[in-house]
Amino acid sequence: MAEAQGGRSLVVDAVTHRYPSGALAVENINLDVKGGEIIALLGPSGCGKTTLLRIIAGFIAQTQGRIIIGDDIVDALPPNRRAVGIVFQNYALFPHLSISENVGYGLAARGIDRATRQREAQRLLELVQLPAMAERLPRQLSGGQQQRVALARALAIKPSILLLDEPFAALDKNLRLDMQIEIKRLQRVSGITTLIVTHDQEEALSMADRVAVLGHGKLEQFGTPSDVYDRPQTLFVNTFVGSSNRMPGVVISADRTAAKVRLDAGAEIIARPAGGVLTEGGRVTVCIRPEHLQFVGDETGFAGVVGMSLPLGATVVHEVTTADGSGVKVSQARIGETRALESGAAVRLAPLAPSLANAFPATL
Amino acid sequence: MGTAPASRDVTSYGMGLAAPLALFFLFFFVAPLLQLLWLSLHNDTAGLHWGLGQYLHFLTDPFSLSVLGSTLLLGAEVTAVCLVLGFPIAWLYQRVGPKLQTVIILIVLLPLLTSVVVRTFAWIVILGRQGIINATLQSLGVIDTPLKLLYTQFGVVIALAQVQMPLMTLPLITALGRIDPNLDDASCSLGAGSWRTFFKVVLPLSLPGVIAGCTLTYAAAITAFITQSLIGGGQMLFMPMYLYQQASTLQNWPFASAISIIFLLAVLAVVSVFTTLGRLSRGYGGA
Ligand SMILES: Nc1ncnc2c1ncn2[C@@H]1O[C@H](COP(=O)(O)OP(=O)(O)OP(=O)(O)O)[C@@H](O)[C@H]1O
Ligand SMILES: [Mg+2]
Repeated sequence: MAEAQGGRSLVVDAVTHRYPSGALAVENINLDVKGGEIIALLGPSGCGKTTLLRIIAGFIAQTQGRIIIGDDIVDALPPNRRAVGIVFQNYALFPHLSISENVGYGLAARGIDRATRQREAQRLLELVQLPAMAERLPRQLSGGQQQRVALARALAIKPSILLLDEPFAALDKNLRLDMQIEIKRLQRVSGITTLIVTHDQEEALSMADRVAVLGHGKLEQFGTPSDVYDRPQTLFVNTFVGSSNRMPGVVISADRTAAKVRLDAGAEIIARPAGGVLTEGGRVTVCIRPEHLQFVGDETGFAGVVGMSLPLGATVVHEVTTADGSGVKVSQARIGETRALESGAAVRLAPLAPSLANAFPATL
Repeated sequence: MGTAPASRDVTSYGMGLAAPLALFFLFFFVAPLLQLLWLSLHNDTAGLHWGLGQYLHFLTDPFSLSVLGSTLLLGAEVTAVCLVLGFPIAWLYQRVGPKLQTVIILIVLLPLLTSVVVRTFAWIVILGRQGIINATLQSLGVIDTPLKLLYTQFGVVIALAQVQMPLMTLPLITALGRIDPNLDDASCSLGAGSWRTFFKVVLPLSLPGVIAGCTLTYAAAITAFITQSLIGGGQMLFMPMYLYQQASTLQNWPFASAISIIFLLAVLAVVSVFTTLGRLSRGYGGA
């Protein structure tokens, strides 16, 4: 069992998995993770995140493809020989063992003696800031504390890869932020290659070096948080990561870097062709984020009627109905006297910049 | 352990609701038991002289003690066989698809759907001198003379184990089903092999079920009058038959009563050992 702490790379090579029931859970996934990276697997419920994680851990044998950790193809190795640490969504602490025994469980399985085990468990509990809990049982701990113990238990075997399945889902907002910082800190210290499964995009964007966005079992995009947020490659990514207005339109002219689109809402705008080549006359869906729309005074842009204005702390969100009857949201920073607009007020809207509108070929 | 008195209001129902059952128990359980105790405290069959003579007789009589001993031993053997055979079935049940689960549960429950008498006679057919086992072994040439299976301890244990198996398997299935399947995976990902996982995680967590199953099987096995007597025949004597003989054949009611009381206490002692173990292991399965 090679277990150099931290730094082993992980390659998911064309992995496809079909459950015996016939459900195609993941399809042709390719990920190339460098040693020491934090990767977030982001996607809506049921898109195959847990399945992919369980394949990497070795609990499920994939139908096709390979998993490579470091230089080894691990497909033939059972989970107990992969040196992959996993933190389950429900923590899965052993309810009959004390915290210290839980953390030391992996070491016991490796035949390490009791005294060393206890010392190591204590060291790890200090690392996750729970030094005084060693003798308690899991159910005597709060959810957040159990979470830390599960993390310590996974780290105890000095895994080369750490997998976290929705680790923060059960925590309240403040605790969640604490734990996110905590895990990021531990990860920096140990340099363990880490995969975090989440359906919370803020979590993915804030924690990960790179984000893999999954949709319906397929890898939609794999890139840095700013790639995924600012330069989405598919309509799915654009709408799933952050919120986005979807405006249908027709391509008037297009080259590789810019497309002129006539929106159904009644304006010609310049947009970035995001999902491949656009053909003249073809229908497209243009995505513009609410914060990338602005009110304009002149006759540029498209017209709309304000429905409702919601002051949301630092921003004000206006709901505007456009000429073609669809609704768009506009988010304005709240500076000085930015105020709620009258319901029914006629306004004109335009994107802040051409690069901030993404045009995708319409699928229909 | 102090529960706030206020919390009682929410769940307090009139004790009167339990009255019918209480009355039933009073007349048909407590009263006969008291009568039994009263009878057992007489030294003569006519019930005229008070005394502990019957108890002294039992406790100083090697034959009576040996009957008690072999009955308690029989219970232990049946329980052990049921546990060893029942655990894998229960374990399997939790790991197969829903269709196979239905099949398994049907097989487990089937014994409960036929009368004990019928099942016991089936065992006589199987174990007898000209029975299925002997006939098969002889025709295969494995043995020349029939094996003695019926009227042996072995035969009684096997038949009783089959008859009482559901009492072991059902609590085990429940207990194993309550274990989070992620614990298996967690154990495995931490480097433990399947045997280690079984002994360190699955077995300790299923202990409440093991103890419930053992208690039920044990109590049922030692009191199983029909199976014990039919398969055991004349040569093997266990407590239920012993006390039946004393009461019915010999009309020695005070001695029969004393046997019942002693048997009852012995069973209670064994069962309370099981439940104490159960309470000690509660830290495991619960929550
Ligand atoms: N054991 C199974 N047998 C058959 N199909 C399954 C099984 N487990 C999951 N699936 C299916 O595979 C797909 C992916 O499931 P998976 O659990 O990987 O989703 P997920 O992305 O983790 O979702 P969530 O965010 O809700 O946890 C789903 O459509 C699910 O119904
Ligand atoms: Mg999941």
